[in-house]
Amino acid sequence: MHPFNYQNPKSVAEAAAFLAKGGDAKLLAGGQSLIAAMKLRLSAPTDLIDLSGIKELAGMKTEGTVITIGAMTRHAEVARSKDVLAGIPALASLAGSIGDRMVRNMGTIGGALAHNDPVADYPAAVLGLNATVNTNKRKIGADAFFKDMFETALEAGEIIVSVSFPFPKRAAYVKFKNPASRYAIVGVMAAETAGGVRVAVTGAASSVFRVAEMETALAANWSPDSLAGISVPADELNSDMHASAEYRAHLIGVIARRAVEAAR
Amino acid sequence: MKVSMTVNGKAVSAEVETRTLLVTFIRENLRLTGTHVGCDTGQCGACTVHMNGRAVKSCNLLALQAEGADIVTIEGLAGADGTLHPMQEAFREHHGLQCGFCTPGMVMSAIDLVNNHSDPSEETIRAELDGNLCRCTGYHNIVKAVMAAAANS
Ligand SMILES: Cc1cc2nc3c(=O)[nH]c(=O)nc-3n(C[C@H](O)[C@H](O)[C@H](O)COP(=O)(O)OP(=O)(O)OC[C@H]3O[C@@H](n4cnc5c(N)ncnc54)[C@H](O)[C@@H]3O)c2cc1C
Ligand code: FES
Ligand code: FES
Repeated sequence: MHPFNYQNPKSVAEAAAFLAKGGDAKLLAGGQSLIAAMKLRLSAPTDLIDLSGIKELAGMKTEGTVITIGAMTRHAEVARSKDVLAGIPALASLAGSIGDRMVRNMGTIGGALAHNDPVADYPAAVLGLNATVNTNKRKIGADAFFKDMFETALEAGEIIVSVSFPFPKRAAYVKFKNPASRYAIVGVMAAETAGGVRVAVTGAASSVFRVAEMETALAANWSPDSLAGISVPADELNSDMHASAEYRAHLIGVIARRAVEAAR
Repeated sequence: MKVSMTVNGKAVSAEVETRTLLVTFIRENLRLTGTHVGCDTGQCGACTVHMNGRAVKSCNLLALQAEGADIVTIEGLAGADGTLHPMQEAFREHHGLQCGFCTPGMVMSAIDLVNNHSDPSEETIRAELDGNLCRCTGYHNIVKAVMAAAANS
């Protein structure tokens, strides 16, 4: 790991001021992705700005049928939160399926979304449940947030403050996981939300995506059988040592049906 | 930079490079070598310690991230008179180790598991120990040990 300066701001404004100073400054949340990248020298920031001392980024609150989760909330806290378990059980189970217990004790929702790893779980929750990402500058809707592999709509100097999830009518997340890393080979969030049916797929392509044809079919009839015959073309899907693009295309159908069944 | 924390009940502080990992601080500054480095990539769990009561992988964390924290390592479990912690005793009793390399991390992780699941089934134990790799035992006796320790707690 290359040397860097370490900053420990107490407010979002102070963190933003450090980011604005120039150099190659980076935010540090749980460090579960960033420290590994720095060890491999894939990332070599001049400054690390640790967000863990900022109170505004911690905690969760429920207002009516929307739960807002602070950016520094650990995966383990989301998995066992009574409010999340009551309002959006699919989100609690998704958070509880990330990595292992030690990773879940450190990793945060803000870090996972900003990182936008193509095989990560939270992007499927945000896109599938039509959540809103609240930053220090604006509110970004789920459909506008995820751009490409490790790329989001976040601009330089922008910090995720929290994420707001409206309660769905029903939803389930099913993941076909890589048995070694627990990352998604294919993960599907199927949800009936106030704004309509949404099916979000992670793990399969360069970034999380929705499957419009499945959404239309499920809007007409919420049943696994409605998905019969609908397939996602393999040509835009990932192919790697874990699974070929054709296999992933097949898995999307299977996993989506399981998610719809689970969310009945 | 200066870093201060409590390790196994004792206040410690040292001047460290910002890039010093928590596991390096524990092993090299404090000379507590019971915490092992298996993979150094956050995969194997050999470096598991407790930070403010939660199990974390100390190779995937900067020492500075533990500023002010309460850290417990494998050395902090046994009583002053050498009496083993019930989880250590269960690993001994059920032969939950062979070479012992993974054991400190396994034990720290298993304690966190039992703290969070009062009466874990065998299935829960197997699923929840997935962040700790053991290349020797085939896990059977580890699972038996954790079940026994959970039943006694
Ligand atoms: C062994 C292992 C297994 C894993 N398995 C899974 C898995 O199954 N599924 C899964 O989804 N993930 C998995 N992960 C990744 C894990 O969930 C990470 O915690 C997560 O991807 C990053 O979160 P973090 O808080 O650790 O962020 P960090 O590593 O600290 O930061 C990641 C990136 O986000 C930026 N960032 C952090 N916070 C903010 C913010 N508030 N605003 C703007 N930018 C920010 C940082 O600058 C950095 O670029 C695994 C990790 C490990 C080590
Ligand atoms: S040494 Fe830390 S997880 Fe392997
Ligand atoms: S006992 Fe040898 S690695 Fe587990």
